[in-house]
Amino acid sequence: MSLDYVKFAPGFEQFMPKEYRDMVEHGPFGKKTTVSQMGSFKEILEEHPMCAGCAMTLFIRLAIIAFPNPEDTITVGTAGCGRLAISQAAIPFVYGNYGDQNGVASGLSRGLRLRFGDKPKDVVVIAGDGGTADIGFQQVLHSWFRKERFTTIMLDNEVYGNTGGQESGMTTRGAVLKMAPLGKKFEKMDMVTMAKVAGCSYIATVVPNNPRRVESVIKKAVLIARDIGPTYIQAYTSCNIEYAIPTDKVMEDAKTVEDDRYKFTEYVSDEAKAYLAERYGYKEFMPKAVSASVTTA
Amino acid sequence: MEPTSVIGTKNKKGQVFTDPRIMMREAPRTPSFYTGSEVIKEAIRRASIDVMIAYPITPQSEAAALIGELFAEGYIGDYFRGESEFAVMSQCAGAAFGGARVFTTTAGPGTMRAMENFPMWAGARLPIQCIVTCRGINSPLSIQPDTIEISYLMQTGMLVWHAETAQDFYDWILVGYMVSEEPEVHLPLALCCDGFFVTHTKDVVDLTPTDMCLPPYDPYRSPVPCMDMECPPVRMMRDPFIMKSNYISYATHASWQQEVWAAAERSRKHTIAWLNGLIETEDVEADVLIVTSGTAVSQGREAIRLLADEGIRVGLVKIKTLRPWPEEEIKEATKHATHIIVPEFNVIGWMAKEIKATIPRSERVIAGPRVCGGMTMPPEIIVEEIKRALGVRSGTLAGRG
Repeated sequence: MSLDYVKFAPGFEQFMPKEYRDMVEHGPFGKKTTVSQMGSFKEILEEHPMCAGCAMTLFIRLAIIAFPNPEDTITVGTAGCGRLAISQAAIPFVYGNYGDQNGVASGLSRGLRLRFGDKPKDVVVIAGDGGTADIGFQQVLHSWFRKERFTTIMLDNEVYGNTGGQESGMTTRGAVLKMAPLGKKFEKMDMVTMAKVAGCSYIATVVPNNPRRVESVIKKAVLIARDIGPTYIQAYTSCNIEYAIPTDKVMEDAKTVEDDRYKFTEYVSDEAKAYLAERYGYKEFMPKAVSASVTTA
Repeated sequence: MEPTSVIGTKNKKGQVFTDPRIMMREAPRTPSFYTGSEVIKEAIRRASIDVMIAYPITPQSEAAALIGELFAEGYIGDYFRGESEFAVMSQCAGAAFGGARVFTTTAGPGTMRAMENFPMWAGARLPIQCIVTCRGINSPLSIQPDTIEISYLMQTGMLVWHAETAQDFYDWILVGYMVSEEPEVHLPLALCCDGFFVTHTKDVVDLTPTDMCLPPYDPYRSPVPCMDMECPPVRMMRDPFIMKSNYISYATHASWQQEVWAAAERSRKHTIAWLNGLIETEDVEADVLIVTSGTAVSQGREAIRLLADEGIRVGLVKIKTLRPWPEEEIKEATKHATHIIVPEFNVIGWMAKEIKATIPRSERVIAGPRVCGGMTMPPEIIVEEIKRALGVRSGTLAGRG
């Protein structure tokens, strides 16, 4: 872990912007911050240009707080609303081309492994439903089939929000949106099943109104991706503009959608369970017999 | 802190990291009889490549696969087959963002499929080297030699070089990294050749010693931060320019585009030193000059020999780099010429257009002969073009009425 780069060069403190000073003095680098401490430290993503009431922004903030080593994390994304916020975070964000985020992340992850060996350099893709399931579909699936070791997070607002509200593959059937004037003709794509078929070691679906759960799944996904294989998180992050959800009802909508059709699900491969237990001490995944013997000892 | 030099130390294959000036200019050379594809492999063996990503498309498939053999032998850090050219170029970008020296190859429709990446590579200042073994991109489908894809690459901000021979290819692959990775350049290089004519023919190439290799890439000499979270200062960007419609955002984008092209300009002095000039000339005092690049130069040489037999004197200008474009060199070399013949392997004549836009009295340029779609270019059609320009009667070539 190299933290020197976030420190001031001697004599430069007084000339650095206040935000930078806040990040060095009160930021999360090198500390174990949690979502329950929100408001008491300088977040890696604070100011952003997102719409009022945007659930996606809350999810991104939670996800970044959950990164196990933010000082050694690089995010990768593509066009979409999420990119507008993530590119303002105080960790690097790589934007390549439209829909190529999983290709870029494949190369980045391999390049960093060549250069840094076992030192963890976490690569996390954060892209929208259009970027992941439509234009980026081929590269997403192939990165999973190749067992590339990085995390893919889909910000699923079920619409092309950034371009003004067009249907995506993740839109539910029947929804009337731009480019679907008679309603979407086919079902929402089942990316979770595809992730399973393609060999992801960890898969979870979440909504943003349970911060501790978001934190938990992100942390597990990033840790597993270090050594075991690809991990996938699909998050319902509603677009309150295109779906006309009143700002004060956004969290209520998330709860309703969660209860109705976006339930929390989590798949952890046996190999990933053993890894989390042995490497990071996850008690929930420790073999029962081993736990008992540890207790006895 | 004093940087520690790796020169003189060995890599895991026992090759000695060698000062490139010694390796390329002073080390003994061994003549070897290889295909162009094998020459690519031999250059890459000595190039200290971290990551190579491959995808099959004729006529570069063999070279891309041969580099897989180098990976299996332990000469390359990582290697895999991507799922399309667009994906491969994105994967290359990722590896370069992470600080790796990256190599790949493509051709024709693959170049076009990957095209979105090339201006992105240049804008992101990624010094990736991409071999382009040119072929047709048209419909109906063609796999045959045709250089039309170069005209697209020339507008991307990449450095673009056009090799004539396998020897050019060998040397330029190696020195290409030295130019690309200069801190004041730091741009990707499209190293082009005419598919099949160079890749699938055998030639004698003088190789540098197997036990010498280039020094490794140092990503901290990059003019933009390496995306490895080791490079200060930590990046904090407020109000990304993509979201703004105002003068400041336009000016920022404009100045960066200008900087990318300025970086290509700054590559001139390094390229001149490594390639011994951006052009090569022969007998430019002659009234008639053949000016072109790639294997059209080789055909031009044959035409010059045929014309010499008839007492017609013709000079030659071989253009080695298309970006940067050797504007002053071409002006100087062509200043005495009355007729400038530009043979090309493509239907649009992009080289003739570039030359016309460069020199005074552009009516001196004769934009041809041109062949395309895999047609060969017999020297006789260059001879005929020159004779027609000079008003010399010649026998009619078969099939040309």
